[in-house]
Amino acid sequence: MSTPSSSGRPINGRHTNDYVAHVPGYVDNVGPKIVTSRFTYEDSHTLERSLSTGGYDGLKKALTQTPAAVAAEVKDAVLLGRGGAGFPAGIKWGFMPPVWPRYLVVNGDESEPGTYKDRLLMERDPHQLIEGCMIACYALGLNQCFLYVRGEMAQAQENIALALNEAYAAGFVGKNVLGTDVSIDVVLHWGAGAYIVGEETALIESLEGNRGMPRLKPPFFPAAKGLYMKPTIVNNVETLANLPWLMMNGAEEYKKIGSEKSPGTRMLAISGHVKRPGVYEVEQGVPTFRDLFYDDNFCGGITDDHELKAFVPGGGSAPWFFGDQLDIKIEASDVGPAGSMLGSGAIMVMDETTDAVKAALRLVRFYARESCGKCTPCREGTSWEEKVLQRIDDGLGRPEDIDLLLDIGRNISPGTYPVASFGNEGLEAVPFPPKQTTICPLGPSSVAPITSAVRRFRDEFEAKIVSTSSTDEFRPGGETSRPDHEVPA
Amino acid sequence: MSRLSPENEAIAHDIIARYPRKKSALIPLLHLAQEQDGYVADDAMEHLAELVEITPAEVMGTCSFYEMFVTHPVGKYKIDICTNLSCQLLGAEDLLHHAEEKLGIRPGGTTSDGLFTLEDVECIAACTEAPCLQVNYRYEYRLDNGDFDTLIDDLASGKRPEIPDHGTLAKVRQTITPDRLGGVSAPEVTGTPAWFASRQPAPEEVS
Repeated sequence: MSTPSSSGRPINGRHTNDYVAHVPGYVDNVGPKIVTSRFTYEDSHTLERSLSTGGYDGLKKALTQTPAAVAAEVKDAVLLGRGGAGFPAGIKWGFMPPVWPRYLVVNGDESEPGTYKDRLLMERDPHQLIEGCMIACYALGLNQCFLYVRGEMAQAQENIALALNEAYAAGFVGKNVLGTDVSIDVVLHWGAGAYIVGEETALIESLEGNRGMPRLKPPFFPAAKGLYMKPTIVNNVETLANLPWLMMNGAEEYKKIGSEKSPGTRMLAISGHVKRPGVYEVEQGVPTFRDLFYDDNFCGGITDDHELKAFVPGGGSAPWFFGDQLDIKIEASDVGPAGSMLGSGAIMVMDETTDAVKAALRLVRFYARESCGKCTPCREGTSWEEKVLQRIDDGLGRPEDIDLLLDIGRNISPGTYPVASFGNEGLEAVPFPPKQTTICPLGPSSVAPITSAVRRFRDEFEAKIVSTSSTDEFRPGGETSRPDHEVPA
Repeated sequence: MSRLSPENEAIAHDIIARYPRKKSALIPLLHLAQEQDGYVADDAMEHLAELVEITPAEVMGTCSFYEMFVTHPVGKYKIDICTNLSCQLLGAEDLLHHAEEKLGIRPGGTTSDGLFTLEDVECIAACTEAPCLQVNYRYEYRLDNGDFDTLIDDLASGKRPEIPDHGTLAKVRQTITPDRLGGVSAPEVTGTPAWFASRQPAPEEVS
């Protein structure tokens, strides 16, 4: 059960008294729990608590079966990857050719704007993750797993290091796991601040000690040519955290939770203008976005009972949804055709007071800052988009700037960009994913906020464009972000 | 400033020993150098190059890609204010402006007493607790301007001893004692692990 927050004071007009006090941001809503079941214990990160609540039982059970049987169980469960692409983990595992050595790399480089489920899983229940890694390593027949944690997450690194030290000492990891002949090492590795490293081939480059730039696929599909050019599986933290429960309860039980196409639960981080923002574990394909925003079991309404303006359904890279899309279910197979993605489970809610131009600018600025610079359309295009949006926001835009923005976008992502339907104007949805002229999806992601905002709120852009011709006074981009703000010398 | 101290060099050898290839240890080693000096010094990069057997230029190449590494001294406390969308929607830009006024510096700047460096950063994964910031990668949630002032005053007067100086990430390291180490899986060593081969079902006869 939830315990009241220690302070209990309303901050920014939002409830704070429904949180699990020792896990800032986590809301213990009503519903089945697979990966967050220990979060309500204050000592959920310790081996003692883990063992007293069934920790490592899944690994023990897996070790009594053949690796092939464990892999088959995961495949049967249709465990969809929770990192963003939503590809079934069991099928991904099957892509590995019979070549050794092979590696497992755990993607804990969670940096998508709005996302923070993996951080909570790593901080609050590291043993569950380690057990998941061990089950995956056993199923895949490999000796060494690298657990890559985002650099900025000092607490997660610390809790995982503690947990690994405990697990090694107790014989759950390392040489002769639980007294068997199986030896598997889990090595904690950590990054140093680069969003692009969340992309699996960039993650591998980073793990090899290089600049984190993505590799071209094909030929460098990690399952065939990954770490050190050997077969490598890259799985998300939440995906692996599901494995202990899955091993204990079996694929049949797993499929009873969630929907037919998307079994199990998902952790969703709902932030922005809602009364009770938080990380929720919800059944996939059961609630709709309307339930999440308005139901008392979830966010309980928009802040100050304002009107909803728009929301981002799956991290900063997802095209925006609007009021028309509220009744779509939380399921990748429904969200994709509607013109966006569930991605990393980050939902950001914007109410009627939000400035669409500023919101789009902020997201585009993220991609401009985080572009690794490998592909020209992204390296040049994202910062160009940022400069044009900045000058529009500063009131220095030119009338042709809106079309210029869309044109730059088409050079990064050719064709019609995925977008939600707009009933009032009879516009149809364009399904996800976008096309790309780049190696990885970072560049095309920068186009999402622009096409979403311009299509729906073009009038707001036009209202900010006060100059009437491109020969008017123009201040180049750069030091224009806060023209009205004076900072003492 | 300096190469790794003998104690840190021993830690570095421990870290390197866990990886199939030495260069893979480079990012953790750069963090180690940053923990020692508060920034990654040129001499430290040369030392790391010797340890992982690459050129100093390659070390610099990796170091310069990642945002967390600084190659010049910064403040004792690095204040990273998130201004990405979720935080922006709940007033992060106002908080950043207030921080600029309180500290008298712009993002990227360091106060003249060398205590604080201010940064305007991307999503730090605490979006529902907006607006939020990190002090040397430790979180502070849901701050208003008053909370920020209190935080700065507390840091300046030494009331937050749990926050280490800039450069230190996790206060606990992974340690693997030799008797528990399964072994490094070198890419040159091919062949199925014995435990895996013995657990495979017998191949079916092809008729």
